[in-house]
Amino acid sequence: MSFAIFATAIISAMLINNVILMQFLGICPFLGVSKKSSAAIGMSAAVLFVMVIASAVTYTLYDLVLYQYGIPYISTIAFILVIASLVQFVEMFIKKTSKSLYKSLGIYLPLITTNCAILGVSEGNITNIWTKTIPYWEGLLIAVTTALGTGLGFGLIIFAFSSIREKLEASNVPDAWKGVPISLVVAGIMSLAFLGLAGII
Amino acid sequence: MSKKENFLKGFLKENPIFVFLLGMCPALAVTATFETSLGMGLLVVFVLTSSNIVVSAVKKWIPHDVRTPAYIVIIATFVTVVGMVTEAYALDLYLALGVFIPLIVVNCLILGRAEAFASKNTVVDSAIDGIGMGLGFTFALVVIGILREFLATGGIMYGVYLPFFVDAPITIFSLDMIINLFTNGFVISDYGLKVFSLPPGAFIALGIILAVFQFKKARKDRKAAIAKMERIAELKRVALEKKKQAALKLAKAGGK
Repeated sequence: MSFAIFATAIISAMLINNVILMQFLGICPFLGVSKKSSAAIGMSAAVLFVMVIASAVTYTLYDLVLYQYGIPYISTIAFILVIASLVQFVEMFIKKTSKSLYKSLGIYLPLITTNCAILGVSEGNITNIWTKTIPYWEGLLIAVTTALGTGLGFGLIIFAFSSIREKLEASNVPDAWKGVPISLVVAGIMSLAFLGLAGII
Repeated sequence: MSKKENFLKGFLKENPIFVFLLGMCPALAVTATFETSLGMGLLVVFVLTSSNIVVSAVKKWIPHDVRTPAYIVIIATFVTVVGMVTEAYALDLYLALGVFIPLIVVNCLILGRAEAFASKNTVVDSAIDGIGMGLGFTFALVVIGILREFLATGGIMYGVYLPFFVDAPITIFSLDMIINLFTNGFVISDYGLKVFSLPPGAFIALGIILAVFQFKKARKDRKAAIAKMERIAELKRVALEKKKQAALKLAKAGGK
């Protein structure tokens, strides 16, 4: 276990297997809240925050509870319940401790429960990282690093895309392509550019 | 709404993907080939129908404040079931769909139907709605899948991921069949647009299909607007004529 593992995990999660452009997770917020840069930043901060906590909690739950008691097949049900209650808890906690943080993240938090990126990363951690032999702490650290990289990648793309979209609003697009279709094609071109990063590692 | 309308509305009028943009993640992720799209669509049909039936059956006993978590647990149960069945009977499909089988849980379409339809209607209507909406979703996925696979390889294959009814993978349709009438040994897949089987192709293919839908809708709207304007002009003309006649009558009466 060395620093290189974490660097690889974070770069591969952020740029190479980008959560939006390569894995297609979290498309709804990608198309929904990316009309304004400020909303995009708020949403991606909330996603990053919840994603890191949720992947730590779900990894722990799987390793220490579900696997130990021989019930890994209910992981989907357990994870979605844990994520839903976690989001609720984080919302209450932020509301109590930091009013300014709540103001900037508050309205995005309820949307996150049905954001497939969170559940997708939690499930992905189990299929890609978890093995019967890996020590708990090592697996947990890699899972959290992957979640951090995924959240950063989500923020990078959604912010870049919202900037492009603000320009797109002002440009003269044919009627049939206005709105979602042209946004999808722009995302396709961005994805094409990110395909070129596959050779980094 | 009759039962037939209820069943058919999911295909074009209220298509989840093309009209409401619900469930976009699987629409982009699993549509690289015709078969994976069909497989995913059928899984969604099953989950949506069963969850609709159960939600509408137990709707009286679910308190209003905790209905969303209750629906999610019901949906997650059926998703776990279909995940296990797929792993047992179609392992290749299970591996190809990967994380998108558990992610059916957070598909907005299923929770949306539970909330908007099944929690207010009877069991039979909810079941019909589930099958119709699910098949509409499948239809959309299959359209995207066929477009992408055709552009990427020049043909449509069956039997690689869904090992039902066939022993070995077969080609349903391929441009080779047509081109090889005139020449020999031509392999269309050498000339395929490979990018359409990769992630960028998913975005671009869905963008093209949505643009076609938007174009048709815009044309329909324009026709409707023109018809409305013509009707208004006609009404105006009739009203003006009446006015003229009234004025003429008045003038005649005044002349006397």
